[in-house]
Amino acid sequence: MNHVRADFPILDRKVNGKRLAYLDSAATTQKPIQVIEAVDDYYRRYNSNVHRGAHTLADEATVAYEGARAKVARFIGAAADELVFTRGTTSSLNMVAYGWGLNRLSPGDRILLTVMEHHANIVPWQLIARHTGAELVYLELTDDYRVDLTNLDRVVDERIKIISMSGMSNVTGAIGSVAELVEVARQIGAVSIVDAAQSVPHLPTDVSTLGADLVAFSAHKMLGPTGIGALWGRREILEEMEPAEGGGEMISDVGLYESKWAPVPHKFEAGTPPIAQAIGFGAAVDYLDKVGMSELRKHEIEITQYALDRLAEVPDLKIVGPQDVAVRGGTVSFELGDVHPHDVATILDQEGVAVRAGHHCAKPLMRYLRVPATARASFYLYTVEEDIDQMVTGLYRARELFGLA
Amino acid sequence: MALEELYREVILDHYRNPRHKGRLPGAHFHAEGQNPSCGDEFSLDLAVEDGVIVQVATQGQGCSISQASGSMMADIIKGKTVDQVEEITTKFKLMMDIEEGENPVDPARPGAVLGDLEALQGVRKFPVRIKCADLPWATLADALEEAKAAQ
Repeated sequence: MNHVRADFPILDRKVNGKRLAYLDSAATTQKPIQVIEAVDDYYRRYNSNVHRGAHTLADEATVAYEGARAKVARFIGAAADELVFTRGTTSSLNMVAYGWGLNRLSPGDRILLTVMEHHANIVPWQLIARHTGAELVYLELTDDYRVDLTNLDRVVDERIKIISMSGMSNVTGAIGSVAELVEVARQIGAVSIVDAAQSVPHLPTDVSTLGADLVAFSAHKMLGPTGIGALWGRREILEEMEPAEGGGEMISDVGLYESKWAPVPHKFEAGTPPIAQAIGFGAAVDYLDKVGMSELRKHEIEITQYALDRLAEVPDLKIVGPQDVAVRGGTVSFELGDVHPHDVATILDQEGVAVRAGHHCAKPLMRYLRVPATARASFYLYTVEEDIDQMVTGLYRARELFGLA
Repeated sequence: MALEELYREVILDHYRNPRHKGRLPGAHFHAEGQNPSCGDEFSLDLAVEDGVIVQVATQGQGCSISQASGSMMADIIKGKTVDQVEEITTKFKLMMDIEEGENPVDPARPGAVLGDLEALQGVRKFPVRIKCADLPWATLADALEEAKAAQ
């Protein structure tokens, strides 16, 4: 996979005089030149608003925008007209919460989540619960940081109308129990939603066999631009769902007092969409298709195993996440003795190593695990062993500065 | 080397052995602060008699910089009047102000009265960490506001 690095211009830069080891891909990935050029090309050659334009540029922009939708849809095994462009995963999940949850939940209904969710898959449901009187129920974790599916019958009954779950934890890297929970949802007639912000970029995903009803993900975590993401939904659900925003582009007719919505997916895309970003998103999935998601996953398993092995050598270091690479992705959280994760991150930064530190927008999970904060290294197709080695060198430096040596 | 200046021994000592740690039963004033972006937390109890801070207690969770800054702050404000504490705060902020330049603090400068706190000067080379050092002081400002309102 080393050959891909040449496509990422930023990987050549130096940080604090050192080679950049970018280990923060769970926050956002770097962009290959193909994506940068696709965005640049749109602005240079055919920048125009999409839809309804009678001129050449408008037509070219529309073709490119809708073409990007078709590419992203195909990437997850979906039809183009079931794929809504959104501002990102957070926006997708809010759209479902408000467009579906708000109208269909009543007091006593339940929403089932897991304790390993990102705030984006908790807070919208808290808001909806407050509006509707529905309750939140959580699945806990096993000792190996996976969703605990034992005693499911104690929690699961027909009161549950929505099951919303992470495809992969952005803290522990644990792969979610999507197949199992989708099946549970099917049995009790609940709607199943996958927060796939961390899974679609890293695991081959085919919604036609996944069985979930709705899947949310972001472009910028899979080589694409920020400001755009997607919501895939089964057609019946999207047709039943109310639009969260009204405005131009999303109507078929507007009267003074009532309007008719445009067909799915356009009824969810009010206003001028992020056109350049959509085109960049299309270029990103083209890139991932070319690499192949199975190849990418294979690389991530190898680099994650290498990282776990190297980190095991560092005294006082504790991994917060599964040890088995078969059930996890390349997001590795850890603690280093009493060196606070922010201090770890500052010291690593001086070594050119970019990691994230803190609660990673998953405070309920951190409380559940009784860990105030972690340092987190996260990998992608361009991560190489040298990046991991550089991090390990930095961790020894941290031990020395904090007198742990 | 900037990292050695950042992680001075005195800072690590305050981080690992925070002074005046705990809660103060019968505190007159209490304030809590946090940096939501990183999750660091700091809480402060003050007992004030005749305008003098007679007792201090702090609790917190976070990085070495925020927690050491809080420990040193607790040390220096105990026994001072509210007015003196405000003066110290001003001096501390001046010392941490990157706009003041890169020059090390001259012992004759106002910063000289800051004692252990001067060890935090190294943070100026790490602008993203200044908010860590500032957390306890922002919490103190809230508590002092209460104290002044009560006067």
